[in-house]
Amino acid sequence: MRDTTRHPTSDSAKPGAMPSIRAILTLLGILLLAAVPFIAPSMQLLINLALAKGLAVLGVTVLLRAGQVSFGHALFFGISAYVGAFLMASLPGADLILVLVAGVGGAVVSGLLVGLFVVRYRGIFFGMLNLAFSMIFWSILEKFYHVTGGADGIRLARPSVLGMAMERAGFEAVIFYLSIVLMVVLGWFTLRWFASPVGQIFQTIKTNETRLEYLGLSPRRVLLSGYVLSAALCGVGGSLMALTQGVVTPEYVWWVRSAEMVFIAVLGGAGSVRGAFIGALIYEVVRIYASAFAGDIWQLLLGSFLLVIILFAPGGIMGIADTLIGHRKKSGQRAATAEEAK
Amino acid sequence: MSATSTSGTPLLETRDLVIRFGGVTAADNVSMQIEAWRNLAIIGPNGAGKTTFLNICTGWLKPQQGKVFLEGEDISALPPRKIVRRGVARAFQIPQLFTEHTALENLLISAAAREGLRNPLQSLHRIRQRDEMMHLLDLVNCADVADRVVVELSEGQRKLIDIAVALALKPRLLLMDEPTSGVASSQKHEVMEILVGALAEAGVTSVFVEHDMGIVSRYADEVAVWNAGNVQLRGTPEEILEHPDVIRDVIGEEVA
Repeated sequence: MRDTTRHPTSDSAKPGAMPSIRAILTLLGILLLAAVPFIAPSMQLLINLALAKGLAVLGVTVLLRAGQVSFGHALFFGISAYVGAFLMASLPGADLILVLVAGVGGAVVSGLLVGLFVVRYRGIFFGMLNLAFSMIFWSILEKFYHVTGGADGIRLARPSVLGMAMERAGFEAVIFYLSIVLMVVLGWFTLRWFASPVGQIFQTIKTNETRLEYLGLSPRRVLLSGYVLSAALCGVGGSLMALTQGVVTPEYVWWVRSAEMVFIAVLGGAGSVRGAFIGALIYEVVRIYASAFAGDIWQLLLGSFLLVIILFAPGGIMGIADTLIGHRKKSGQRAATAEEAK
Repeated sequence: MSATSTSGTPLLETRDLVIRFGGVTAADNVSMQIEAWRNLAIIGPNGAGKTTFLNICTGWLKPQQGKVFLEGEDISALPPRKIVRRGVARAFQIPQLFTEHTALENLLISAAAREGLRNPLQSLHRIRQRDEMMHLLDLVNCADVADRVVVELSEGQRKLIDIAVALALKPRLLLMDEPTSGVASSQKHEVMEILVGALAEAGVTSVFVEHDMGIVSRYADEVAVWNAGNVQLRGTPEEILEHPDVIRDVIGEEVA
């Protein structure tokens, strides 16, 4: 597969007139999303699922910036969701914030433990070891059905919101807007992190670990910092997905889910923060409508689309969008993500 | 003349270093002292073990026997990053840079590594060491390419930036492997003038492997001749470059 992560994406573009257009379009997109419950209420659930998935894809995107592909990040998506479900089972009426914090905490701890092992490897070994860990956890969820509910999973009861019990419609609205807020805040944070010294150092894993070592830094420790961040982001996505669906199943950590995250990240623009969410939105819409209207060939359509993206638009949807709005990377004028985050 | 570090011990010292690759002995009981505030050139035929010596001193290779001391501290078992943190930097024959970053960003990352900057909300471009790094780029005559991505630069510029990245760590000792290789002959002296000037301003002791005897005679304070994995001769450039063994084995018949 061509290395689509090699080219700076729109997130690392030179500031100027075009990024302003991009900022305006981003703002309009966020406002449009916020208006969905009013202008297209039937799309609310779909968009909510896409945003949850987008946050998980953002986690995969972080690793792509270091040139690493994980085929097992659904592990952290699932751990976060299951932590929330177990918490609600043992503490009925627990608060939404507690569910989120506990879920993400579980993802961070597991990210740290798995990360300590997998950051010793690179490339295909890194990807496959992540896959192995996720499949081990999947097997545990499937086989220990007395605890995990097996393939049927566990129902996640509706938590309270700031101490208040909520009806379904109200709770769905809270989760929807919480998802948008988390998308904006965590998207902004990730951009700032990419631009920061620690984020820039993390991205050098892709180009020169020898120099990194000769700067007095441990490449493994540097990769681990980003790995834990990526696990946390996947955890946020997993918790939101579980809260939206009200049930968690082993399918949350199934390898197809991990592959889907990588698929969406490449589709949106490998390494692009905005691309993670735009890719997730497009993917979910296409998946739902294509499966409704094109039966079993929707995977064929998505696969073909990804093939076209990889061959002709390695910058993904964000790369195409940049071309359409006239922004192109000029030789010698590449600026760091730092510039965008100013 | 023999300058030593303030404590009186050599800045870097190796004792009886031995390393073999299969049947080849790349370091054969190497014992040498490197004094502070000097520019030491290492010369010798290809395969003599010059780069291996640098790799051992910086922790990239572990000696099978012997020890390396930095101001009296045994650093033989330390990984490169821990040796770097003790003040030993390295520039490479093939520049080791972050190719997707600009020249300035390479230096800023080096400064951030040195200072241990961890604030996730501060832009790399806004760290307070930016002016210092621009000065360093200016010192190596690369200020005009500060915002150019490394892959777009000439080999000579990349060499200088590689050295600047090492200098950004504020080392006490800089080990360089053929700092002028790959640089056009017409620019070699220009590169070395810039380099020696930058080293002098930063107060850095240097050890550099070099094949160009013109460079060695002009810029080294002292020369060590390497042969078959050990130091064959050591002295001033004048003493060494007129030595018949050196003329025969290193400089070759052409120069003789």
